[in-house]
Amino acid sequence: MKYIDEFRDPGLARKLAESIAAEAAPDRHYYLMEFCGGHTHAIFRYGVQDLMPENVSFVHGPGCPVCVLPVRRLDDAVELAERHGVILCTYGDMMRVPGTKQRSLIRAKADGADVRMVYSTVDALKVARENPEREVVFFAIGFETTTPPTAVAILQAEAEGLTNFSVFCNHVLTPAAIGHVLGSPDPRDLEKVRIDGFLGPSHVSAVIGSKPYEAGAELYRKPVVIAGFEPLDVMQSVLMLIRQINEGRYEVENQYTRVVTREGNRKAQALVDKVMERRDAFEWRGLGTVPDSALKIRDCYAAFDAEKRFEVSEKASREVKSCECPAILRGAKKPTDCKLFGTVCTPENPMGSCMVSSEGACAAYWSYGRFREPDKSKEAAA
Amino acid sequence: MCLAIPARVIELEDEDIAVVAIEGVKKKISTALLEEVAVGDYVLIHVGYALHKLSPEEAARTLELMAEAGVLHEELAELREGAA
Repeated sequence: MKYIDEFRDPGLARKLAESIAAEAAPDRHYYLMEFCGGHTHAIFRYGVQDLMPENVSFVHGPGCPVCVLPVRRLDDAVELAERHGVILCTYGDMMRVPGTKQRSLIRAKADGADVRMVYSTVDALKVARENPEREVVFFAIGFETTTPPTAVAILQAEAEGLTNFSVFCNHVLTPAAIGHVLGSPDPRDLEKVRIDGFLGPSHVSAVIGSKPYEAGAELYRKPVVIAGFEPLDVMQSVLMLIRQINEGRYEVENQYTRVVTREGNRKAQALVDKVMERRDAFEWRGLGTVPDSALKIRDCYAAFDAEKRFEVSEKASREVKSCECPAILRGAKKPTDCKLFGTVCTPENPMGSCMVSSEGACAAYWSYGRFREPDKSKEAAA
Repeated sequence: MCLAIPARVIELEDEDIAVVAIEGVKKKISTALLEEVAVGDYVLIHVGYALHKLSPEEAARTLELMAEAGVLHEELAELREGAA
């Protein structure tokens, strides 16, 4: 368990904790969703929940790119590598996620498929240049931070005339997911998930700016505070959310002004817009089909779209039975509610995506041992 | 994967390519997502691309925090692997 003296500025952390306790109205409960897995990580690592009064709780959101990719799309990637014999390039996080029948990319690789882990789309382009006789597919996943590099790679491939390079595009959009969590909750969750406000993501917002959250905040009347990823940022953002909730406001506020502006990184946005457009709908693990929540490659760049270049078979994809990842991603369950957690499902042998990625809620629970310590350590804040 | 790491630009190469240094690791990155980059600037690096410029103070603080949280080591290892 981590205590307040590990904070960069313990005095400030203590002061923020006191202000939160003083301003949180004792006659109500505050449920705050941290959308981003990076925030989940910071909250656990620094024991931020322990510094909160009893009536302020964090609800872990679906902002873990590896976690929300549906098994079907992963199965498609495995098929691209195995049946079509392409060189499949992917970010390291994706390698160990189990697909249908526990088939992961790393298993496909062990069985002879040419799957390569890359750090950057720049490396994937290099693989394509070095293997002109092979088809090279980049398995693109992620939120708005990883999307611009994918767009740049496609433009670069076009400029160089690299005809053996294409992208299997799975990029998803944060504001759409927030809107879905608020506007179309799973009927099974109606009694379980309550959200009074959001901590908005740090680096995603550096790219898209704070503006794209405004419509949702207004429509659903829920405040959003874009938060930096330091634990002190998270605490200050919690205080800002509590103030908005107490005053009945539902604005988009920006705590992370050091990096995030209202407009975001316009150059990056323009590059993405040039190459990609919205899909009508996309399936998310846990959330189901979410309208306008993902990007596909525009028709004018179809030559670089792996979905257009390769046929993947219609097949029945299956989640691991009794893995609670979907409900955990909706904020309806906690990792400790899953009977696989810590028994058959561990980071060494993950059954579901939330345990694979370090941004997943299960991995965070596991790493920081909170599941062993259900009692809150109040003395830390005293 | 969502983490971005701050680094200092030490050299500008061809169009949209810069060399950055972080904790003794040198790495070529793309600056295609930024308008203007100069030697000495601090930038946030994510999957091999500079996403944003940072003040030197913010960069130092972020690095310190990442080291503290035990994620710096992991990110640097990823960078080194990708440095080939």
